[in-house]
Amino acid sequence: MTATTLQAEKVAQRHHVRRISDKTIQTAFILPTMVLLILWNIFPLFYSLYLSFTEYSVIAGAPPKWIGFENYRNILSSPLIWKYFALTGRFALLSVGLQTIIGFAMAMIVRAKFRGSGFITTLILIPMMLSPVVVGKFWAMIYNPTFGPLNYLLGMPPPRGPDWLANPQFALWAVVLVDVWMWSPFVMLLCLSGLKAIPEYLYEAAAIDRASAWFQFWRITLPQVAPLLMIAILFRTIEAFKQFDVVMGLTGGGPGDATELVAVNLYRIAFLGRFDTGIASAFAYIVLIIIISISNLYIRYLNQLRGEA
Amino acid sequence: MSKKLHVLVVLALLVGLVGAFAQPAAAQQPVKELTILWAEWDPATYLAELMKDYEKEAGVKVTVKQEPWGSFLDVVSKEWAAKGTAFDLVVGDSQWLGQAASEGHYVELTDFLTETGLKDTVTEATLKYYAEYPTGSGRYWAFPTEGDANGMAYRKDLFEDPDEMAAFKEKYGYDLGVPKTWAELMDIAKFFTRPDENLYGVAIYTQKDYDAITMGFQNVMWGFGGEWADENNDPRGAINNEGAVQALEFYRELWTCCAPPGSSNIFFPEVNNYFISGQVAMGMNYFAFFPALANPATNPYAESTGYFAMPAGPTGERFAALGGQGMSINAYLPPERIEAAKGLIKWFGREDVQAKWAQLGGYTCNKKVLASPEFLEVAPFNAAFAESMEMVKDFWNVPVYAQLLEVAQRELHTYVVGGEGTAKETLDRIAEEHYKILSAAGLIKEATQ
Repeated sequence: MTATTLQAEKVAQRHHVRRISDKTIQTAFILPTMVLLILWNIFPLFYSLYLSFTEYSVIAGAPPKWIGFENYRNILSSPLIWKYFALTGRFALLSVGLQTIIGFAMAMIVRAKFRGSGFITTLILIPMMLSPVVVGKFWAMIYNPTFGPLNYLLGMPPPRGPDWLANPQFALWAVVLVDVWMWSPFVMLLCLSGLKAIPEYLYEAAAIDRASAWFQFWRITLPQVAPLLMIAILFRTIEAFKQFDVVMGLTGGGPGDATELVAVNLYRIAFLGRFDTGIASAFAYIVLIIIISISNLYIRYLNQLRGEA
Repeated sequence: MSKKLHVLVVLALLVGLVGAFAQPAAAQQPVKELTILWAEWDPATYLAELMKDYEKEAGVKVTVKQEPWGSFLDVVSKEWAAKGTAFDLVVGDSQWLGQAASEGHYVELTDFLTETGLKDTVTEATLKYYAEYPTGSGRYWAFPTEGDANGMAYRKDLFEDPDEMAAFKEKYGYDLGVPKTWAELMDIAKFFTRPDENLYGVAIYTQKDYDAITMGFQNVMWGFGGEWADENNDPRGAINNEGAVQALEFYRELWTCCAPPGSSNIFFPEVNNYFISGQVAMGMNYFAFFPALANPATNPYAESTGYFAMPAGPTGERFAALGGQGMSINAYLPPERIEAAKGLIKWFGREDVQAKWAQLGGYTCNKKVLASPEFLEVAPFNAAFAESMEMVKDFWNVPVYAQLLEVAQRELHTYVVGGEGTAKETLDRIAEEHYKILSAAGLIKEATQ
C-alpha cells in the first residue's frame, strides 16, 4: 500500500466522522438539557396544574380525584385568603416602595467618587448576600424588647419599649423594615449601573443651559435610570409576593395572622401535616397568575419607557 | 447499529431477570441492621445508647437517625408519600396516629402487642394516646416509647427565700409554695413580675408555627372545664363553653401580666433560655426538656430548680398536655424487616430494658418502672413526671388534625398575643371552623347519622 493510498483512507475516515451533521451535534448537546428541563420544570408545571383540579394529598396514598374548579372556588371564596392577599399587596407596596426610594437615594450618594466609596458600596451590599432565615432570626433578636438594641436606640429601654413582633399594628412594619434593610442594596446596585451609564455630556449640556439640579434630576437622571429601576421594581415585587423566609424567621406569620403572607399560608396548606396538595397547587397557580399579571404590567410600562428613550 | 441495540436490550433483560431472582435470595438473609427515625433531641441520643445493648444481644445494629424538630414531620411525610423505606421504625408524634393508620403508613400492632403481653406493661394513658386509633377501638399502631407531658419548673431559691415568703404571705394571705391551683399560679407569677429587676413570673408557650400555643392553652383549658369536643366529637358548646372562655382569658392575662417581653412566639428552647438566664420564676415545658435545667453545666440555677405538675383549675381537676411518642413500624418494609422491627420492639418493651431506658434519661411508659423508687429518685423532675402521667390528656389524633390545629393556632395566637377580639369570639370561631372540618371529614357522630 502506498503512502498516497493511506492518506486517502485517513481522509475518508475523517469524512466518515464528519457525516454527523452540525444539526445532530446541536441536538446531542441540547437534548440532555431539554430532557432535564422537561423532567424538572415542564412536567411538574403541568402535573401541578392537573393536581390543582383534583382532591389530592401527596401522603394519603389515594390517587388524585378530579373535582374541576372546586379548589379554585374554595380558595377564591375564602375571606381569609383574600385577607392574606390584601396583606401581601400591602407588604409589597410598602416594602418595594421604600426599597425603591432608599435604593435610589443610596445609588445617588455612592455614585459620586469619594475616598472609600468602593468600600462603602461593598459594605452596603452585604445584607443582600445573607441568608434570609438568618436575617429573620437575627432581627428577631434586635427587636426583642428585653435585650434587643432597637428599643435602646429609640430611647425606650426595657420595660418601656414596645414588643414590635407581638403587636399586630407593628408586626408587618417590622417585617417590611427587615426586607427593606436586606434588599434596598439590590435596588441601589441596579440604579448605580444605570446612573454610571448616563453620558456626561447630557449634564454638561444642561449646565450650559443653566438647568437647575432638580431639572437635571427630573429630566435626565430619572428617565435614563428608569428602565433599570423598573427592572429592580419588577424583581422586588415578584419576590415580595413570594416572601417566606424572613417572615418565618421573624414572626411565623403572627401575631395571630397579622403577617401571614400568601407564601406562608401556602406553605401551611402544602406541608405542616396538612399536605393538601390539590388545594395548595390551585393556590400556587392563583399566585402565579397574579405575579404574571403584575409582571406584564411592568414589562409593558418598561417597553413604553424604552420606546420613549 | 441495530445489532448493538439488540445486544443492549438483551443485556438489560438479563440484568432485570437477575435482579428479580436475586431479590428473594436476598430476602432470606437475616436482617443485620435497622434504622429508627426520631427527632433531634436528648431522648434520641439516649435511645441510640440503649440500642448498643441490642446489637450485643441480637447482633442487629440499630441506627437512630435524628431529624431536627422543625423538619421531622416533613421528612416522615415525604417518606410516606414515596412509600419509602429510609427508616424501619419511627418514633412519631401521637397526633400522627390517625393519619398514619388510616392511610396505611404504619403496621398494625394490635395482635403483636397482645400476644407478647407488651400492651399490659405500659400505663393506660400512654397506650391510649400513643398507640390506639381510633380512640377506644382497641387497635394499636405503636408501642409507647417516650412518655412526656407538660410540667412546670420553678426557682426554689426565690420560692424559699424567707423575705419573699413573708412578703408574699403579707400580700396574698397564704404561704408561698408550689401552686395547687391556676389561681395561685397567677398570684405567684404576678408577685415575681418585676420588670425593673428584669424578672418575670412565668414563661409559657406562645409559638404559632406548629402546636405550641395550643398545647400551652389546653393545660389550663381542661382544668377550667373546657373540651375540644363533646362525646359526639362536636366542638360546638365544648370548646366555647364558659370554662374554656375563662381559661382563655386566664391564659392571656397570664401572658400579658407576667411573661417576659419578647416571648410572643416561643416554644421549648426559648422557655428554657428564659429560665436559664434567670428572667423567670417559673417556666412551662415538656419534661423531656427538663434535663437541661437540672444540669449545672447549662443552668446556673440547676441546684435550686424545682419541678411540679400542672395545678388544678376551678373544677378541681388537673390535666397536663401530652407530649411524647410511640414507636411504629414503617408499613412499606418487606416482611422480613417488619419481623425484625417487631423483634426490636419486643426487646425494647422488656422490663429490664425499660429500666435501663429510664436510667439513661428516657421517659419510660412501663408501669412497674415508673412506680419504682429508683426511677422516682434518679432525676429531680421524675416525681412530678410520674404524677403528670396520671393526668395527661391529648388533643385530636384524627387524620384532619393538622387542619384543626392550624385554626386553633391562628385564633389562639390572635387573641392571646395579638389581643384582638374577646375570648368568647375567638372560641366561637374555633368551634365553628372545627365543626366544618370535622363534619366534612365525617367525624361528628350526628353528622354521619
